[in-house]
Amino acid sequence: MAVKTLIQGIHDGMREALRQDLRVVVLGEDVGKNGGVFRATEGLWQEFGEERVMDTPLAEAGIVGAAIGMAVNGLRPIAEIQFMGFIYPAFEQIVTHAARLRTRTQGQHPASLVIRAPYGGGIRAPELHSDSTESLFVHIPGLKVVVPSTPADAKGLLLAAVKDPDPVIYLEPMQIYRSVKGEVPDGWHEVPLGKARVLREGEDVTLITWGAMVPLAEKCAQAWAGRGISCEVIDVRSLYPLDEETIIASVKKTGRVVIVHEAPKTAGLGAELTALINEQAFLWLEAPITRVTGFDVPVPMFALENAFRPDQERVDRAISYVTSF
Amino acid sequence: MLQQTRHDMVQYLRPNGWLTDEGKKVWGGLSREQKLDLYRWMVKVRLFDRRAVILQRQGRIGTYAPLEGQEAAQVGSALALGREDWIFPSYREHGVSMIAGMPLAHILLYWMGRVEGNTAPEGVRVLPPYVPIATQMPQAMGAAWASKLKRESSLAIAYFGDGATSEGDFHEACNFAGVFQLPVLFFCQNNQYAISVPFSRQSATSTVAEKGQAYGIPSVRVDGNDVLAVYHVTAEAAERARNGGGATLIEAVTYRQGSHTTADDATRYRDPEEVRIWVEERDPVDRCRRLLEREGLLSEEYIASWEECCKKEIQEAVDAAERAKAPPPTHLFNHVFETLPPSLLRQREELVRKEGGPDGSENPDPRHP
Repeated sequence: MAVKTLIQGIHDGMREALRQDLRVVVLGEDVGKNGGVFRATEGLWQEFGEERVMDTPLAEAGIVGAAIGMAVNGLRPIAEIQFMGFIYPAFEQIVTHAARLRTRTQGQHPASLVIRAPYGGGIRAPELHSDSTESLFVHIPGLKVVVPSTPADAKGLLLAAVKDPDPVIYLEPMQIYRSVKGEVPDGWHEVPLGKARVLREGEDVTLITWGAMVPLAEKCAQAWAGRGISCEVIDVRSLYPLDEETIIASVKKTGRVVIVHEAPKTAGLGAELTALINEQAFLWLEAPITRVTGFDVPVPMFALENAFRPDQERVDRAISYVTSF
Repeated sequence: MLQQTRHDMVQYLRPNGWLTDEGKKVWGGLSREQKLDLYRWMVKVRLFDRRAVILQRQGRIGTYAPLEGQEAAQVGSALALGREDWIFPSYREHGVSMIAGMPLAHILLYWMGRVEGNTAPEGVRVLPPYVPIATQMPQAMGAAWASKLKRESSLAIAYFGDGATSEGDFHEACNFAGVFQLPVLFFCQNNQYAISVPFSRQSATSTVAEKGQAYGIPSVRVDGNDVLAVYHVTAEAAERARNGGGATLIEAVTYRQGSHTTADDATRYRDPEEVRIWVEERDPVDRCRRLLEREGLLSEEYIASWEECCKKEIQEAVDAAERAKAPPPTHLFNHVFETLPPSLLRQREELVRKEGGPDGSENPDPRHP
């Protein structure tokens, strides 16, 4: 196993999928000769040719609509949307069609496809490039939504998504594309959808998070360990379906929960997690479930993005609150 | 083969039932059965459509989108397709669907609010009706792209109306199809109105066909009430697509003789004289009948017996649809995902408790809500 970055894990996943499954095609803006604006598809066009890795016109609804049609006609497309902030023209194709073609056709056309999109802030990207609107997709029945935070998961979730018969939205935390490194298994490696990852075990507080917030939660947990508070850190990684079992077991153990996400607070996935815990572990709670999230303001231009995104100070405050309640 | 965009309208069969010179050649190339098929299908489609409107008025089906007046556009184009071709219809394409092999009972079930009406029999490549306008177009383009990548001879066809040409999906689909030379046909039934809004308010160009030039795809404007011309231009476009010649935009100029749906009242926005001209002077079924009668291929007896035959088949479909046992409420969950996640299984159980068992027969535990 080689040590790689998260984006290399994504790249490895796509390369493996293209190698192993002739139905797989990659399409999107700049994914071909240029290898993607973040280099996620680096070298794939050269290796697999322009009939497997296809630069498309600049049109998100066209890209996703084409991918759905390809899936209907027997291919396994991986469509790239260059930034999540640009996915909205494709929203109708995703919500109205990809998500419900299986139901509408009673299983005849399951729309087996993967839509990749870098999301979130933290890289001082230009305006409107840093959205974190995963909840919009989690809310839609018929879609699966995953977010890797390690290079191994990046590959494993991608290959599981390619193999999965249902449409999967695969969101990539671009802040940690290159800052997170780790070993990536060779060959075909799957991480099952619907399984969370407990990256740190603890007894006192459960930190629930995903994506670029995982390293932040880990850092906070480490700091609190020095103060005698042990935090369990859960990387949800599959936002739909949720691994309820892992989350609830942890809450029953610690009784205290802090949810950290970059997306705005109102109707963010933290709200759903809070409701889930209330439904299934209410009597185990020792303190109100506390959320540390992006504020309910439009994602700012990068000069103020650090004020917008959860940071160590806000997470510390939340841990302090739930442990002293 | 059409080498360039034709903005003049292709017409082989005039409204008075006489063939043009070019039309005579095309007509002469058809067999007796092919000629009769054009007419027989149009009659069946019209009788089905009229019966469906009555069923809606009787409260036996829900809101229905009638197609009367557009029979030639649908029948002519659908008969030019092959079994392997992918059809992405809008919600008014009952004629296309039945020709492609969708059982009449399924079409009725769809309008009875039953999801089974969306399912096509094995080997019938018809997608469910696309309700949000123009959204089928990028998907048809994608299906055609897959055919091209797989080196298969199948093509895809998207059916849509004049209103759809205002949507971004129309533009994106046409653009991709031009860039990648995809075997897709974009078949616009320009029936002059998007609900109440006339085409002049959709578009500053006077035709749909000329828009094809912007995407580098051939386009053709055809008299959509002339079943022979529609059949011929669609067959030509299909042949070009199969031979690697790429996409075609076809504008079939037609008229929706009825309302947008049974919930609409077209008299609010259309001039009665305009309607009269289209119904009395340009009807697609009448002109085909006149031609066939003059050629001695149709008699009054034949027409009567064919109409009886259609009505019987339609009645059987109505019976079958009305008899079709509704799936149990838990069917809601059957096809959301291939495998239901635990949260959905729990929601399903909640419904089972409410309904009283998976088959609705008894409530296993009445204490639960």
